[in-house]
Amino acid sequence: MTSDFSRRKFLILGSAAFSTSLLLKACTTPAGDEDAATTDDAGADDAAAGGGGGDTIKVGILHSRSGTMAISENTVVDAELLAIEEINAAGGVNGKMIEAIEEDGASDWPTFAEKAKKLIEEDQVAVVFGCWTSASRKAVLPVFEAADHMLWYPVQYEGQECSKNIFYTGAAPNQQIEPAVDWLLENKGDRFFLVGSDYVFPRTANQIITEQVKANGGEIVGEDYLPLGDTEVTPIIAKIQQELPDGGVIFNTLNGDSNVAFFKQLQGAGLGPDKYPVMSVSVAEEEVRVITPEYLTGHYAAWNYFQTVESPENEKWVSDFKAKYGDDRVTNDPMEAAYIMVYLWKQAAEKAGDAYDLEAVRAAAYGETFAAPGGTVTMNPNHHISKTVRIGEIRDDGMFEIVSATDAPVDPIPWNQYVPETKGFACDWSDPEKGGKYEEA
Amino acid sequence: MSLFFNALFNGISVGSVLLIVALGLAIVFGLMGAINLAHGELMMLGAYTTFVVQNVMKPLGEPLFDLYIFVALPLAFVVAAIAGLILEKSVIRHLYGRPLETLLATWGVSLILIQTVRSVNWTLTLAVGILCLLYFGGKWILQKQTDWPRIAGWANSTLLALSIAISIVTGIILSKVDSDTLNREWFSARNVDVTAPAWLRGGLPVGGVQLPYARLFIIALTIVCTIGVYWFLNKSLWGLRIRAVTQNREMSACLGIPTERVDALTFALGSGLAGIAGCAVTLLGSVGPNLGSSYIVDAFMVVVVGGVGKLVGSIVAALVIGSFSYLIGSGTLLLVFGDIPPLASFFEFFATTSMAKVMVFATIVAFLQVRPAGIFPQKGRTIDA
Repeated sequence: MTSDFSRRKFLILGSAAFSTSLLLKACTTPAGDEDAATTDDAGADDAAAGGGGGDTIKVGILHSRSGTMAISENTVVDAELLAIEEINAAGGVNGKMIEAIEEDGASDWPTFAEKAKKLIEEDQVAVVFGCWTSASRKAVLPVFEAADHMLWYPVQYEGQECSKNIFYTGAAPNQQIEPAVDWLLENKGDRFFLVGSDYVFPRTANQIITEQVKANGGEIVGEDYLPLGDTEVTPIIAKIQQELPDGGVIFNTLNGDSNVAFFKQLQGAGLGPDKYPVMSVSVAEEEVRVITPEYLTGHYAAWNYFQTVESPENEKWVSDFKAKYGDDRVTNDPMEAAYIMVYLWKQAAEKAGDAYDLEAVRAAAYGETFAAPGGTVTMNPNHHISKTVRIGEIRDDGMFEIVSATDAPVDPIPWNQYVPETKGFACDWSDPEKGGKYEEA
Repeated sequence: MSLFFNALFNGISVGSVLLIVALGLAIVFGLMGAINLAHGELMMLGAYTTFVVQNVMKPLGEPLFDLYIFVALPLAFVVAAIAGLILEKSVIRHLYGRPLETLLATWGVSLILIQTVRSVNWTLTLAVGILCLLYFGGKWILQKQTDWPRIAGWANSTLLALSIAISIVTGIILSKVDSDTLNREWFSARNVDVTAPAWLRGGLPVGGVQLPYARLFIIALTIVCTIGVYWFLNKSLWGLRIRAVTQNREMSACLGIPTERVDALTFALGSGLAGIAGCAVTLLGSVGPNLGSSYIVDAFMVVVVGGVGKLVGSIVAALVIGSFSYLIGSGTLLLVFGDIPPLASFFEFFATTSMAKVMVFATIVAFLQVRPAGIFPQKGRTIDA
């Protein structure tokens, strides 16, 4: 009896599950087909409009559209798509339309490598724009090197890398951290307390800062690291009070959630920006919105670009961006770098003639300049760009008051000159003799 | 003196956060023996409730808005308690006395809760609402109209399958509708901003240091909650029943105590306390879908060290662990033992926040070798289950 019963139950449940899956299929398949059809149409239209070779240029966009990093990387994709749309509207690359193929890295580093392979081998893209975290970049690096392909990377990072197959449009440490330290030494005092998350970027950054502060006659009075995501900062605040009883500079390389806890509790303990100014290198417009200006007003951040940069290019970019994505959106540094890289690539591809001739595009990229929202940028033979460095003070409306900006773009130095292991090394891909890491005479 | 006072206050304030986070778990895990890995996510629900209350009360203007935390606290308790009740009725109830399965199931629940908060919108809410309405409504009608026990076997599964199918189809149709109100995510995956009311943002200057109001508030809240829980367990009728069931389930059942309702109530109480803890930690840290994961280990640590089954154990453990990790992490011990070279270099090595964690855990491991059952061991239901 029991077996009979369970068999009947099994049949019922099985058929129910089957019919549900049929229903789901019936509902989703046409929609999926439709999507595919529209992209095909769009491709065909583009090709027709492009005329020229009757062909499009395929580019890959490889960012995390899901997972923890999606919040940040989605904004970068928005900036890249805006640039591609503008380029296509202006006639494309040598008359050929750009066709963007999006892949989701899903905040998972092996997935990034897999999708990079797919873009290069199956889709045969001319270039890939992608990645955010250093971990994802390190994961795709061997793929791009093995295929001798090309990746453009838009985020500020710790340096100590210079691949022939990657173009870096974010800041190298000497374009963000080092000018920030100089500015602090000049304006805010020479006693530093370093706070960071416990992983490679803050530790490398703090090593650089320590060497630099010492070289300039300052003093590091303390250094502390918080595990990623930890929110108990009482011991750190007690240490700051103990080491800097009369105020001093706090250099903050915390990442993510810990920033919120740090600023909330810093204010509660009475350490205000008047005596304890905090300089952050991973707090931009978007982060200010989440931490809220109530806790941040008066503190500082160092970037190459702020939404408040005053230039006709920036005004146009911000208004175009808001027109496309909504009035409540903000622009920030990595987004600007992403926007720049699409244009720099386009200029190099036009100059090279054939976007698929990677060697020619690479050679054409060196020395290319672009009037970016944050000021004119130039691609160097070391695959990094020269860009203006700015220090911003956080206002109570969540935007940055720019308190300092370099007069001219700062040239990038990928191999750090403060770190003993890489002191004296440089990178130059325009000269086959030199390459990614050579010792400067 | 000021060093001592400062260390005392900071130790207590770190400990009080640990305690308020662990209090709910001390009841759920300590008294009931249910390993609830979704405890952190119940806290997260409390924190999001605070976020919603804050945004709802923003238009009311200054004097009223500043009191939003007092509205948020009871609401966070209620929301988390209801979520806990649903969790108990649907999952935990079937798994009492099977700790491994409970562990896996509640971990799954915690993932579900995280993803729900990330992607919840009106479409999802409507689809789930329709599912519940069809299934429970249909079951209710059938129970009234038909000879339910006879058809229960197949009718139940058919009803469930039909309700699921209909709600999924509705969900898909709704998600195709090009409507911002329907398909806009309520919170999305990004962290949300909770700003403490103005009167909790400063600090009370005492001597050379400033005691943050937010910390004082949490210490006060922890004291109130602890006293409340004590009173409830020791003086109220339901508290008596909870203690009776904890000590001997079968005997309690024989004496007419509705053990299933006691279980549900105990679990809801523990969950509600998690909600309050979630509300409290918004004063200190960020609010995002992952909020729970940064507190869950600490909560279990406190309960295990304190001794499963005794509230007083959790209280002592929270204060001891809090003070200990503060003293090591802040380097205060370094100042005390600065004159003794080997000790000084030892404490200097551990005087960063992440190294202090290592030291604290090492000490706990050593402590549990000596006293495996914690500071205050007691026989609970875990023993006889």
